[in-house]
Amino acid sequence: MTTSSSGTLAHEIEAATGINPATCYQCGKCSAGCPMAFESDLRPHQVMRRVTYGPRERALQDESIWLCLTCETCSARCPNDCDPARVIDAVRELSIESGDAVMPRTIGAFHKAFLQQIRSNGRLHEMGLVMEYKLRTGDLMKDVTNAPGMFARGKLNLRADRIAGVSEVKRIFERCGVTP
Amino acid sequence: MSAVAEGVTAPAGAESVVQPQIAHGVAYYPGCSLHGTSPEYDQSLRAVVEALGIPVAEIPDWNCCGASSGHTTDHLLGVALPARNLALAEAQGFDRVLAPCAACYNRLSAARLAVATEEGLSERMPEILGRPFANSVEVFNAVQLLHGAKATIEERASDAPTAPNPLKGVKLAAYYGCLLVRPPELSGGDDPEQPVQMDDVIRACGADDVDWNMKVECCGGAFSVSRTSSVVRLGRAIVEDARRNGAEAIVVACPLCHSNLDLRQKAMTARGEQPLPILYVTQVVGLALGLPAESLGLGRHFVATAPFLEDLEKRAEIRVEEEKRSKEEADAKAAARAAKRAEAEAAKSSEAGGKTAPAASDASPDTGGDA
Repeated sequence: MTTSSSGTLAHEIEAATGINPATCYQCGKCSAGCPMAFESDLRPHQVMRRVTYGPRERALQDESIWLCLTCETCSARCPNDCDPARVIDAVRELSIESGDAVMPRTIGAFHKAFLQQIRSNGRLHEMGLVMEYKLRTGDLMKDVTNAPGMFARGKLNLRADRIAGVSEVKRIFERCGVTP
Repeated sequence: MSAVAEGVTAPAGAESVVQPQIAHGVAYYPGCSLHGTSPEYDQSLRAVVEALGIPVAEIPDWNCCGASSGHTTDHLLGVALPARNLALAEAQGFDRVLAPCAACYNRLSAARLAVATEEGLSERMPEILGRPFANSVEVFNAVQLLHGAKATIEERASDAPTAPNPLKGVKLAAYYGCLLVRPPELSGGDDPEQPVQMDDVIRACGADDVDWNMKVECCGGAFSVSRTSSVVRLGRAIVEDARRNGAEAIVVACPLCHSNLDLRQKAMTARGEQPLPILYVTQVVGLALGLPAESLGLGRHFVATAPFLEDLEKRAEIRVEEEKRSKEEADAKAAARAAKRAEAEAAKSSEAGGKTAPAASDASPDTGGDA
């Protein structure tokens, strides 16, 4: 059973997560503990308010949801079990679906490169991830000075570690409807 | 079952029809970081479980758990990717999976929880995975494993005369970060705001756990590459607080926390400031058990651990020397007291008997002058 009005973003969120964001009473405890509140335009309790009452597009095109580190501090401390971290996850998903997600270029590139690595090898190949990230962002010099040190410490594998069941992983991506 | 066969490669398909056998020990899910950027966590974990006599077997053909990129992008993907590993462990007959990486631990146990509680997921999962999946495997992390073995660690960490425990009296800050303790239902029984399991392990090793404020603050996690400035800001606060509270090193159980605090520490500390070594909890336990530093991968960190380890060794030698000296002094004092007592008793008996006095003073020549 849902408690939000149909046709609203809050309703879509509730259908996906079972959480009606309107139950947030804006105490701000989530935002007090949020490590990214300092850098975000909207803090967690403000995201909760916007997805409840704000225009759908503005909520889905908000950059702050992409600055969430998914540390779960907000959800752990919410006195009303509103689970802002789970709500933000759902908003991100809807935002990607809507086709006009506004994510910081570097963060979007990182997620895409990360998932691409998993899809093609089944595991993450850090070197491949960084290469792909660089190509996607154009920031070719990023962390270049760390590479020799990492290599010397045995922390960089040159070759990707591809699993035998990579087709199973591809199948999972397909069934979930995700194409990185 | 037709869905199981479809789209699955021959070897993997063959694996899924193998009859489950009762496996002994624990299934081990190292995850990508332990195979890539954090080989020392894998190395020290294997060394410690071997020393403690806990057999672990790596899950064959495991895949990436998806980390934060997975569930950030798609909830179902964030459940299905880790679920495949649980299904593999299940097919091998295991009922417990050890996931030492905090992010893997979080994703594996979140998947287990989601499949158990979210409507329809348990029915959909075998079709998505192309494998049978009963969601029967429990997930636990390295801190829980070591916490369970703390009595053994404590026993084995006590000083041996030839090899003193280098950790005795050393101040260590237990840093839990996010994913070992949050969300609270996945905190492995520890308090999500004031966790103690890693502190208990540190004390079992003979070291002192530091009381500090940043135990469960976020290090910036997956933004290490994509938003390094945030990681440096958050990491600096953590390192500074540990130092302010007297920590000589920070102890972690997560490869992301480690690389953010270790690799990026140079950018966090002011010139001339002593860097703070970042140690894996398995490395700390390994040192307490007397395992050699090389077998724990302690040479692989960016903040060099060699000066710290040399210092510990020197302090342990001095401590053992001092303990030996104070024991000798105490023994000498006790001997002197015993002699005095014997003297006094002899004097008493000589007063009473008179004639036995010369014999008594012969028996204790060192205190003879006082009598």
